[in-house]
Amino acid sequence: MTRLLRWMFFAGPVKLLVLLIMGVNIRGRGNLPRSGPAILVANHNSHLDTLTLISLLPLKTLPLVRPVAALDYFLKNRLLAWFALNIIGILPIDRSGGANPLANSKTALAAGSMLILFPEGSRGEPEKLAEFKRGVALLVKDNPTVPVIPVFMHGLGKALPKGTKLFVPFVCDIYVGEPVPWRDDTRLFMTDLRAAVDGLAAQGDFPPWD
Amino acid sequence: MTGWLSLTLGIPRPVVIAVLGVYAILVIATALVWWLQRCSGGGQGELAARVKSWWAMVTVFALAVFIYQPLSAVFLGLISYLALKEYFSMVPSRKIDRVVILAAYLSVPVQYWLAYKAEFGLFVVFIPVWIFLLLPTLMALQGETTGYLKSVGILSWGLMMTVFTLSHMAYLLFSGDAANAVAGGAGLLFFLVFITQFNDVAQFTWGKLFGRHKISPSVSPKKTWEGFLGGVATSIVLAALIGPLLTPMDAMWSAFAGGLISVSGFLGDITESAVKRDVGVKDAGALIPGHGGILDRIDSLTYAAPIFTHFFRYYFYP
Repeated sequence: MTRLLRWMFFAGPVKLLVLLIMGVNIRGRGNLPRSGPAILVANHNSHLDTLTLISLLPLKTLPLVRPVAALDYFLKNRLLAWFALNIIGILPIDRSGGANPLANSKTALAAGSMLILFPEGSRGEPEKLAEFKRGVALLVKDNPTVPVIPVFMHGLGKALPKGTKLFVPFVCDIYVGEPVPWRDDTRLFMTDLRAAVDGLAAQGDFPPWD
Repeated sequence: MTGWLSLTLGIPRPVVIAVLGVYAILVIATALVWWLQRCSGGGQGELAARVKSWWAMVTVFALAVFIYQPLSAVFLGLISYLALKEYFSMVPSRKIDRVVILAAYLSVPVQYWLAYKAEFGLFVVFIPVWIFLLLPTLMALQGETTGYLKSVGILSWGLMMTVFTLSHMAYLLFSGDAANAVAGGAGLLFFLVFITQFNDVAQFTWGKLFGRHKISPSVSPKKTWEGFLGGVATSIVLAALIGPLLTPMDAMWSAFAGGLISVSGFLGDITESAVKRDVGVKDAGALIPGHGGILDRIDSLTYAAPIFTHFFRYYFYP
């Protein structure tokens, strides 16, 4: 039942919002994975990031698509938690400092999931790229053959930035890169990944926003 | 068959015939591109994409505009909305103006409602007077004066170009029945849009074939005098042929209207090119394969729609 609701949510209102009300310009669409397992690594500016990324992937892979997110943020109220877990389909990370916060991500990858990860951690200041956290490297280390696809998005931080509920439509520019291969070293891999996202960002020439 | 279609769909018969004529042109264009591709061994990919997009645009436009009137208002309003969104996404803006930008979007449904009601008095002042006065006040009340004047200019020009000017298409459609016994508002809108778009293609084609002398190399390097004049001549002849069948204008008036549309379409194109140059983009978007964004396809209409409408209204409205 919740699977059907999730499908209806993404096939209907989300597609309408992302493709018509906002609109996307995608470069490198062919680099998007068509099946799992895969990891999409993107910059994070807005609550719309997750919805937009999911709507770029084919609907028939929707059951495989799991955005990795901190549970505590969404646990503030029960309705929001239900929505995050069942409709958005998040894979919760435990930020409280338990055993392995990414244990369930590892299991999901093994089961062929397509994970969406935001290595900046939180949304941060709109349209500014923050430092990447290393968690993604630890995950790839255990699954070195899973393709890691870098994505850079611009515009969603203008449409719905952190700290506001006022949505203003802007076209979103999306750049999808080629998979970043594992390098047998966490730090080297993180440097490569960061360089890949920076490289995608450098392709765009965005109008001033200040 | 055209009589049956006209009756079932409730569209004037000349418009049904005209739309079928456009499809005939598309069939010829598609065959031509196919033949060119065979000769050049698979080249002309962009041209092929363009023609393919024309099929989609003609079909969507014909279905949405000529079949059910309230739907036409929504569809034409959607064109303005998409153009305005493309515009806001390519120009510099200030974070503090987010709420004003939202207000600008909200003027679209109001403007198209006024066009739908054919309320000329309000329709023609809503954006140039009311919104023009309201938005800068809203911006001033936000309290940020750095970059204020520049933002007011960017916002006002964008609204005029994407909402006010284009909404004249809707006004023509909804007010034209009383002025056009031949084929109604639909006939007038068809005449305007068909001549404008055909003129774009004609200017492009004449320019490709015979273009030597550039008109404005720094703004739009591909525009030549040969292309421009060839386009004007083509549009005058075409308008003189179809004008009498779709509008109350005789061949002479139609020819004049054709020239007017052709020249204004050219000016709209140049104006949008200057903006794109200034902000440093080649295309305003990527919505229509082979054409670019919606702004790239309708830039000529931003001038042709209001100029033709006010010309026609002055001389032919009761």
